[in-house]
Amino acid sequence: MGKKKTIVCRCEDLTLEDVENAIDTGYTDLEELRKKLRIGMGPCQGRVCFQLVQKILEKKTGKKVPIKSLPKVRPPIIPVSLGTLASDEK
Amino acid sequence: MIKKADVVIVGGGVNGCGLAYNLSKRGVDVAVFEKNYLSSGATGSCGAGIRQQWSTHENAELAMKSVKIFEKLSNELGDDIELRQGGYLIAVHDKEELLQLEKNVEMQKSLGIPVKIISTKEIIEVVPILDIKGMNAIAATFCPTDGHANPFKTTFAYANAARKYGANIFTHTTVTDIKTKNKKVSEVITDKGIIKTDFVVNAAGISSEEICDMVGIKIPTKPVRKEIMATERLQPLFKAMVISFKDGIYFSQQHEGQIVGGIPIPEQKYGYKTAPTVSFLQHMSKTLTRYAPVLKHINMLRHWTGFYDVTPDARPILGETKDLKGFIHCHGFSGHGFMISPMVSKILCEYIVEGKTSDILESLSLTRFKDKKIEHEMAVVG
Repeated sequence: MGKKKTIVCRCEDLTLEDVENAIDTGYTDLEELRKKLRIGMGPCQGRVCFQLVQKILEKKTGKKVPIKSLPKVRPPIIPVSLGTLASDEK
Repeated sequence: MIKKADVVIVGGGVNGCGLAYNLSKRGVDVAVFEKNYLSSGATGSCGAGIRQQWSTHENAELAMKSVKIFEKLSNELGDDIELRQGGYLIAVHDKEELLQLEKNVEMQKSLGIPVKIISTKEIIEVVPILDIKGMNAIAATFCPTDGHANPFKTTFAYANAARKYGANIFTHTTVTDIKTKNKKVSEVITDKGIIKTDFVVNAAGISSEEICDMVGIKIPTKPVRKEIMATERLQPLFKAMVISFKDGIYFSQQHEGQIVGGIPIPEQKYGYKTAPTVSFLQHMSKTLTRYAPVLKHINMLRHWTGFYDVTPDARPILGETKDLKGFIHCHGFSGHGFMISPMVSKILCEYIVEGKTSDILESLSLTRFKDKKIEHEMAVVG
């Protein structure tokens, strides 16, 4: 499958080519890649893509990217409606 | 690691990278040291807003001139910073607030900022999802050239352009000490090496106090933790940033469609704790759905914290002091560092390169807290 068709981040519709291009341009930090491409900012919060991007980054740079350098998952774990959050019901 | 630089900038946020760009473009040899990654501090957690509606003359002028630079910045830097000028709508809740905002509007207009007071009917025309009763508004002020841009992309664009002009930008590199000689800065010590320099710019956000400590300068700044959230992506619903000084809320719809906004945390404390709180979420969602009831059906996706480095008058500390030559302050932005960064980096660049000072630089000097009766910025949200 071509790099243009291989989806890495399903929430933000990013392909392998998008990620590799960003790394080639100099975004070689997972956090900078996240902020540049919005990886992990969608509904899945990076559960699908972070580890893939970590592997792609390791392969491209030849440097180990430690698991602990993966961006923090931000609450809530699953999307919650504003109406539910605003309600006082327990 | 390099051995020397004309100017060392501590901090790779939008102000550090913006200054690196301005200086390197004029042929100055610049090094930037960022202890994490670019935009990892306040820049990367901020609400992305660009507002000219301030209560103090200095902030309004800095913001207005910054907007003029922002308007051309994508072209100038060769990277899209996603500027969108949908305006800022500031809700007015009572007569007393109206009096203060009328004063602000008059001052802003005298500077040439296209701001006006609008009726409740016009509020709905600008942002159709608002509920006048729910938000308890009697009027609003509106400036159509306010807006927002992408803080990460702006920082990266500045950094990329600076590198093209020869700036050396080091991420994951921590400044551990600054050496001085005869009341002048001489060397910067990092965990990767030592650099000789004539100028050190402290653009370290909430770590600025630590950097000032290295040269024995005391600053009256406090880190204030803030929280902010983003919803799922939606079709374009409204263009303006909506804010209220009374409720402290701000929210806007960003480039990709998500609504991003914040509000002061009920149990606000000073300090460095970064975990987000449930009480913020409850307070934010209650207030947001009061302002725009239709949003109760929308999912909140993410929620994070950031810091304002807040000075006693909520205005930045800029420029050099007599005590130490070559040590340039560029911090204390109190939550509005992104929106004034184009102008801040321009005036600091002119000061470093030409020794040019200005009224703004004089009135925002660190010495104001000693010598003068300070004028407090009233128009702060979040």
